[in-house]
Amino acid sequence: MSTTAELTATTLLRFATAGSVDDGKSTLVGRLLHDSKSVLTDQLEAVERVSASRGQEGPDLALLTDGLRAEREQGITIDVAYRYFATPRRRFILADTPGHVQYTRNMVTGASTAELTVILVDARNGVVEQTRRHAALAALLRVPHAVLAVNKMDLVDYEESVFAAIAEEFTAYATELGVPEVTAIPISALAGDNVVEPSANMDWYGGPTVLEHLETVPVSHDLAHCHARLPVQYVIRPQTADHPDYRGYAGQIAAGTFRVGEPVTVLPSGRTTTIAGIDLLGTPVDVAWTTQSVTVLLADDVDVSRGDLIVPTKDAPATTQDVEATVCHVADQPLTVGHRVLIKHGTRTVKAIVKDIPSRLTLDDLSLHPHPGQLVANDIGRVKIRTAEPLPVDSYADSRRTGSFILIDPADGTTLTAGMVGESFASPEPVKDQSDDDGWDF
Amino acid sequence: MTAVTEAHEGTVRPYTLSHLDALESEAVHIFREVAGEFENPVILFSGGKDSIVMLHLALKAFAPAAVPFALLHVDTGHNFPEVLEYRDRVVAAHGLRLHVASVQEYIDRGVLRERPDGTRNPLQTLPLTERIQAEKFDAVFGGGRRDEEKARAKERVFSLRDEFSQWDPRRQRPELWNLYNGRHAPGEHVRVFPLSNWTELDVWQYIAREDIELPQIYFAHEREVFQRSGMWLTAGEWGGPKDGETVEKRLVRYRTVGDMSCTGAVDSDATTLDAVITEIAASRLTERGATRADDKLSEAAMEDRKREGYF
Repeated sequence: MSTTAELTATTLLRFATAGSVDDGKSTLVGRLLHDSKSVLTDQLEAVERVSASRGQEGPDLALLTDGLRAEREQGITIDVAYRYFATPRRRFILADTPGHVQYTRNMVTGASTAELTVILVDARNGVVEQTRRHAALAALLRVPHAVLAVNKMDLVDYEESVFAAIAEEFTAYATELGVPEVTAIPISALAGDNVVEPSANMDWYGGPTVLEHLETVPVSHDLAHCHARLPVQYVIRPQTADHPDYRGYAGQIAAGTFRVGEPVTVLPSGRTTTIAGIDLLGTPVDVAWTTQSVTVLLADDVDVSRGDLIVPTKDAPATTQDVEATVCHVADQPLTVGHRVLIKHGTRTVKAIVKDIPSRLTLDDLSLHPHPGQLVANDIGRVKIRTAEPLPVDSYADSRRTGSFILIDPADGTTLTAGMVGESFASPEPVKDQSDDDGWDF
Repeated sequence: MTAVTEAHEGTVRPYTLSHLDALESEAVHIFREVAGEFENPVILFSGGKDSIVMLHLALKAFAPAAVPFALLHVDTGHNFPEVLEYRDRVVAAHGLRLHVASVQEYIDRGVLRERPDGTRNPLQTLPLTERIQAEKFDAVFGGGRRDEEKARAKERVFSLRDEFSQWDPRRQRPELWNLYNGRHAPGEHVRVFPLSNWTELDVWQYIAREDIELPQIYFAHEREVFQRSGMWLTAGEWGGPKDGETVEKRLVRYRTVGDMSCTGAVDSDATTLDAVITEIAASRLTERGATRADDKLSEAAMEDRKREGYF
C-alpha cells in the first residue's frame, strides 16, 4: 500500500475539551499534541525560547495553544481555538475551549460540531459544580460521546477507589441528563499516565488511554432511522452548449440518505417530485448520505431556490412559524422579549421576533428561573420565536443540523444566539423547582 | 443523527466518510454558501498549493457550471516565473477572470517603499486591501489553514473585516454548527477560509488523490541558491545574493510558494507526489518554520499582519 492510500483511509473525529481553570486542560492538550508527535521541532523550540525568556524552568506547553498577544500577556485563553493532530488510525480536530464559567458560549461553540467531549476533573476535588455544568452542556448539545478524564491521579497516590467514586458519581449524573455514552479514564496529564501511553502506576485500570479511545470511538451513524434532509444552498445552471437544460440543486446533506428514484417534497412550498439524479461533485451516484455535498436533479420542473429543504415525501417535517427552543446567548448585548432578529436555519434566513423567554436555566443545579425578561451573554434559556415565514424545523434530538439555528442582529449582523429546537435534555430529570411551565421537561 | 451504531473495529461502516471526503465536502459547502449569500466574491490565488486546491474545490463545487468567482493575485514583483506561467495557464484553461494587484507598481509610484531586508511579503497588504475596496469585493477566499500558525488557529471560517480590512481577534463571531454568518455592512467584507480545517498533509494527500497539477518548483530540481539566515534562497534579479553570499547549485524543492525574497527552499530529492508526502509526513519542521523568513520577525508577526488586513 502506498503512503498516500494508507493515510487517506483514515476517518476524522471532531472533539471538544472542557475543564476548569486549574484542572490541567492546557497540559492535557499539550500532552496529546506532544506525545502524539504532533508538535514539530520549530514550534517546540519557540515555546522553549519564550519559556526560558520568562524564567520558567521547563517548556510551558500551554504556550502551544495560547495564540494571541492578549492571551500570552494575560496568561489566559480567551477564545475557542482549533488544533489538528493525527495518528495512523485517525485525524483529529480539537476544539480547545476555555473553561471559565463566563465562557459557556465557547463550550457551546466547540461542542456544536463535536462528536465527543472530554470533561476534565481534578481527582482531588471530584465532581464539582463546573463538572456538572460541562456535563449539562454536553447533554444539551447532544454530543454523542463523553470522556471523563480524572486528572492529577498522581496527587491521590493513583488510588483506584478515588477514581471509582468520581467515575460512578459523574456517570450517574450524565446518564440522567441523557448523555448516551460515558467513558471514564484515570490520567495524569503532567506525568503522562494514560494520555497516550498506558500508565505503569495504575495496573488496576484495564481500559483504553485517552488517545486509544479517541482513535476507536465510532464516528459512523445508523442512517436508516434518520430523517433525510437536504437544505438547498445554490442552484447550478450552466446554460452552456454542453448542458443547456441542466438545473441542479446543490447542498450538503444535513441528515440521512437520498436515493435516485425516491419521491421527494420541496419545503416550504410542499411540491412533490422524484430524484432524477445525484451528482457527487461531478460524478453521478445512486445514493448519497450525510455529510456529503451533492447536487440533486429533479424529475419535474418545480420551483426550487436557495433556502428550500428537500425531504423524502414519506418523511417530511411539519413547517411552523412558532419555534420553541433552548438557546445559548452568545452576544454581549442582551436578548429581550420583543427583540426583532433574523433566524438562520439551514440555508434559509428569515425575519423573526422573540415572543417570550419563559425561563432561564442555571446549569449548576439545573434549576429554572421563570420569565427572566432577558438573556445576557452565556445565559441558557427557553425561547419562543415567531418567524415571518414557515420553517421546516426538526427537533434537535432528531437532527443536530436541521434542529439548530442561529439568531442574528439585523442591524449590525452580530451572531446573537445559538438555538436548539424542541426538548432540552434527552431524558427527564426531576428538579426541585417545578415552578412553571410550558415546555420544560426535566 | 444522535443514533450511534455500536460498530466495532472491522465492521463495515457504509456511511462513514474518509477524512479527505469530509474535508472536501465541508469546503464545498463553504464555497456554495458564499456563492448563495454574497454579491461579488473573489478567490485569492497565488499559484501556491493551497490556492490551487481552493480553485480545484471551487471547480468541483459548481460543476458542470463555471466557477462563479474571479481570481485575485497580489503580485509581489518577486514571484517565481514558473508560478506566474502556471497561473496564466490555469486562468486560460478554465476561462476565469484574473485581477492582479501589483506591489511593484506601488513601489514605482512611491506609495510603498522597499524594506531594508528586501522582503516584500508585508508590502502586499496595501495593494490587496485597496483592490478589495476598489472592486467592491464582499467575500474574499483565502487558502489560510488554522494549522499554519497559532494566530490562525483562532481564525473563523467566515472572518469579518472592517472597512480598513482589519481583523480584530477579540471581536469575532462564534461559529456554531455549519451555520456561517456572512452579514456585513457596506465597505466591510468577509474573509472566507474553506481550508481552515485542513493540515499541510491533508492538502498534499488531496493533491495526490485528485491528481492536481502543481508548479514544478514543488518538486525536487537543481537550482541556483544561496544561504541567508539559514535558508536557501533563489538567486535572481530581486536582489540576491549580496556581497559575501555565494551561489551554489543544489537539489531542492519548495514547501510554500511566496515572494522569492523570503521563501526558502528545502534540500530534497522528492520528485513525485508520493515522495513529497513521505517527506512531509516525516518532517519535524512546520512548513512556515522551515521556509518563511517573515514569520520569524517576531512572535506575533502573523497576528500583527492579519490585524492590518493581510490574509
